[in-house]
Amino acid sequence: MNVMDIVLPGLILGAMGLVFGLVLAFASKRFSVQKDERVERVREVLPGANCGACGYAGCDAFAEAVVKGEASVNGCTVGKAPVAKKVAEIMGKEANEGDDKIAFVRCHGALGDVKAKSAYSGLANCQAASDVNGGNLACRFACLGLGDCERACPFDAIHVKNGLAVVDRGKCTGCGACVAACPRSVIDMIPAKGYIAVACRNTDPGKAVRAVCSRGCIDCKICEKKCQYDAIHVPAGLATVSYDKCVGCGACVEGCPTKVIVDFGGKAEAVPAGA
Amino acid sequence: MSIASANGVVKIILILLNAILCNNVLLVQFQGICPFMGVSRKVETATGMGLAVTFVMALAALVTWLVQHFILDPLGFGYLQTLAFILVIASLVQFVEMFLQKSSPTLYQSLGVYLPLITTNCAVLGVTIININSGYGLGTAIVNAVGTALGFTLAIVLLAGIRERMELGNTPKHLRGFSISLITAGLMAIAFLGFTGLITK
Repeated sequence: MNVMDIVLPGLILGAMGLVFGLVLAFASKRFSVQKDERVERVREVLPGANCGACGYAGCDAFAEAVVKGEASVNGCTVGKAPVAKKVAEIMGKEANEGDDKIAFVRCHGALGDVKAKSAYSGLANCQAASDVNGGNLACRFACLGLGDCERACPFDAIHVKNGLAVVDRGKCTGCGACVAACPRSVIDMIPAKGYIAVACRNTDPGKAVRAVCSRGCIDCKICEKKCQYDAIHVPAGLATVSYDKCVGCGACVEGCPTKVIVDFGGKAEAVPAGA
Repeated sequence: MSIASANGVVKIILILLNAILCNNVLLVQFQGICPFMGVSRKVETATGMGLAVTFVMALAALVTWLVQHFILDPLGFGYLQTLAFILVIASLVQFVEMFLQKSSPTLYQSLGVYLPLITTNCAVLGVTIININSGYGLGTAIVNAVGTALGFTLAIVLLAGIRERMELGNTPKHLRGFSISLITAGLMAIAFLGFTGLITK
């Protein structure tokens, strides 16, 4: 047994390792990529849910886009104002506040309210149901209630109750995943600060709406007459709220015969007319 | 074209065909099964993995051949082959990753995820050792490595295509995922058995 039989292989491998190590060390210097340190800092203040609501592939991609100047500092819809503020601080820019959005299901047709036009026993998802002759409900705008939005929501903020999707406003971050998932486009993004919303999308004439649903907008225009602030109109067979004018007095909510206008409870003190 | 060079071309084509079909690295030799199962969920990622493997295998074949013939053989330390080759392949993958990150960010983005996976891929080590054991010259060794990698790409893309379709099918619950993929891979291996004897030496 020669000692050199052990030492020499060790030396050879050691030398090879050293050479490769040196090459790698040289390469890491030579090929080092300069990364903007702001990317890392922006990434740290983001929520990290990688929901994609900003339109980028994830929080990393959004952080890069912000630093490059492609995305705006308040582009993160989930993080809202607090995150926008922090991002703006890092980037040295002002964040525009007050345009947070929140998801809202524009339908009130729970089981029994909206009439069924056929029985449906196929795959239990809205996409499949709506592909079969436009869904099993008589109203072509109605929520099918099979939960595509519930499965798409990364924040557990929307649930189907009694055949109707309902948004949990406390949990909703406004990422818009449910809006994209809904094959019927029943879900809309509305201003989070809005006081009211119309829970119907049916633009058909009142009589046709009544024929299919007891909770639809029947174009009676009572809300338009009740409103003292010119904030709600019925332009094309459907009541529409102007959020910049609405003060949340609740007159339209009380006046609506089918109770299709939802009051979120954030009612402002009603300003007396002429005051 | 002289007869000698014509023979050379025929030989290269035969080596390629042999590596891609008759001795497919995944379906006949059963090397590199880990990425075969792990990265075959989508055709797109499978193609990316195949490209990365092709790239690394060709480079590894070149460097390991040089190491074997200019360092290990002259010094009489042939038995260090496995250790030395792993050292070479690991360093090489690291180097390639750095080089790509600098020179081609787009290629790095598409291959980047798969490059570290290849470091410990036994198919890469396998093809370099087969090259040495078969006594191939430098050129032939690289051709064999590229052929093996093309065979790898072919098999993994085929499996990914089948798995994409199987996602839609009504597979029994206890067979879903890896179970049915392994069964599929087994059936593919049996199909590839049909290429045996296509090339007689």
